[in-house]
Amino acid sequence: MSQITPVFKREFLGYFRSPVAYVFLIVFLVASVGLAFFVGGFFKANQASLQSFFVFHPWLYLFLIPAVGMRLWAEERRGGTIELLFTLPLTTLDAVLGKFFAAWAFLGLALALTFPLALTVGWLGEPDWGVIAAGYLGSALMAGAYLAICSLLSSLTKNQVIAFVLGVVVNLALVFLGWSVFNGLLSGFLPVNAVDFIANLGFIPHFDALSKGILDPRDFAYFGSVMALALTLNVVALER
Amino acid sequence: MIEVKNLVKTYGTKRAVDGVSFTVRPGDILGFLGPNGAGKSTTMKMITGYIRPDAGTATVAGIDVAKDPVAVKARIGYLPESAPAYGEMTVLEFLNFIAEVRGYRAPAERRERVERALARTHLEPVRRQAIETLSKGYKQRVGFAQALLHEPPCLVLDEPTDGLDPNQKNEVRALIKTMAADRAVILSTHILEEVDAICNRIILISNGRVVVDETPEAFHARRPGARLDTIFRELTNADA
Repeated sequence: MSQITPVFKREFLGYFRSPVAYVFLIVFLVASVGLAFFVGGFFKANQASLQSFFVFHPWLYLFLIPAVGMRLWAEERRGGTIELLFTLPLTTLDAVLGKFFAAWAFLGLALALTFPLALTVGWLGEPDWGVIAAGYLGSALMAGAYLAICSLLSSLTKNQVIAFVLGVVVNLALVFLGWSVFNGLLSGFLPVNAVDFIANLGFIPHFDALSKGILDPRDFAYFGSVMALALTLNVVALER
Repeated sequence: MIEVKNLVKTYGTKRAVDGVSFTVRPGDILGFLGPNGAGKSTTMKMITGYIRPDAGTATVAGIDVAKDPVAVKARIGYLPESAPAYGEMTVLEFLNFIAEVRGYRAPAERRERVERALARTHLEPVRRQAIETLSKGYKQRVGFAQALLHEPPCLVLDEPTDGLDPNQKNEVRALIKTMAADRAVILSTHILEEVDAICNRIILISNGRVVVDETPEAFHARRPGARLDTIFRELTNADA
C-alpha cells in the first residue's frame, strides 16, 4: 500500500510537466464560472448561494473529466510504459489507486481554484457556508465517480480518443438516469417506484441533495460504491 | 537463481512459448537467441511477472512469480524491449521515481542510488533533459540505469543493444560484463557476434521451444569453422 505514494506523486506532477494541466485548469474555470454567470443567472437570482454554479457540474464534468481520465491507462499502453510499471515491485491495486488519486487530486485542485466565486458570494451577502462546503464536497465526490469510470474505460484501450468517447457515453448514461426531464418522460409509462429506482442510479439526485446541504449517508455510499466498483473492475481489466 | 520450468503461453491459436525450461546461475550471462517471434520476449515477460504463463513455473531466488510477483519484481532488473520510459520526465525525475518505488524513501539514500546509476551509465550530461528529447542511445541507457538502480541479483535485458551504433554497443556490452559478476543475467539478441563477445551460455529458441542450451564453444563446435549465423540458420530452419 505504501507503493501508492510514488505512483501518485509521479502522476500528479506529470500533469504539470505538459501544458495539459494549464489548459485544463483555464478551461475548467472559464466554463464553470461562465455557465454560472451567463446561463445560471448567478446575479439575477439575487441569492447568496452557489446553487447556480453547482447545478451545471454534472453536465460540465461530462466532457471535462473524460479529458482528464482518458490518458490514465491508454497512454501507458501506447507508450509501453505499462510494462515498466508492472515489472516494478507494486501491485495492480497500488498502481490503480495511485493514478486515480492523483487525477482526483488534480480535479480537486481545479475545483478549489473556483474559491473566488465563494468569496464573492460572501462579500455580497450572507451565504450559508455549510451549504457551500457541502456543495464542494458533493461536487468532488461526483467528480471521483466520473473519474473512476473513465479510469476503467481508459484501461480497455490504448487509444485515448476511444477512451474519451467511451467515457462521455457511459457518464452521459449515468447523468440521464437521474435527470428530471428524462425521469418525467419515464413516469409517463412506468410506476413511480420504478422511476425512483432508475433515478437513484444516476448522478444528479445524489449530487443535488449534497449541493443543497443535505448530508445523507446514502449519497456518500452511492458515490463511494460507484468508485469502488469501477476501480475494482479497473484492476481486473489490467490483470486480465 | 532463475529457474524456468515448462513455461507455456498461447496467444489465440499460436503457441508462442511451448514448454521452455532452463536454469540461470549467478555468474551466468545467458544469451537468449532466436528468430523474431520465436518466443524470447514472451518468455522474458513471464519471468519478470508482466504476463502470466498458461502453464509451467518461473522462480527467481526460489520465489515463484505466480505466488509472490512483488517479491520477484523486487529482485529483478528488467529492461523491456525498446526501453520504455515516461518521456515528459527528465532523466533525474524518472530515476528518482524508480528509486522511490524500489523502496529508497530516505532522500540521502535515494540520491546516492540515483547518482550511482547515472554515473554507471554515463548519463550525467543529460540528467536534466526530458527523456523524449534524448537520442536512442541515451534512451537505452536510461532503461539500463533504471534496471541497475537497485543492484538486483537478476538482470533481464530484452535486446539491450538494438538500434545502437557500434560504439554504444561496445559500451553497453562492457557495462553488462561489469554487472555480471555474481549476478544472473539473461539477455536476448539477434546479433550473433554479441553472444561471442559477452555470453558464457547460449539458449537458442525457435517456435517456442529450446533447441540449443550450451556454451558458446560447444555451439561453435557444431560446425567447426562455420560462421555463427550459418549454424543459427540451420538450426532454426530445420525447425520451421
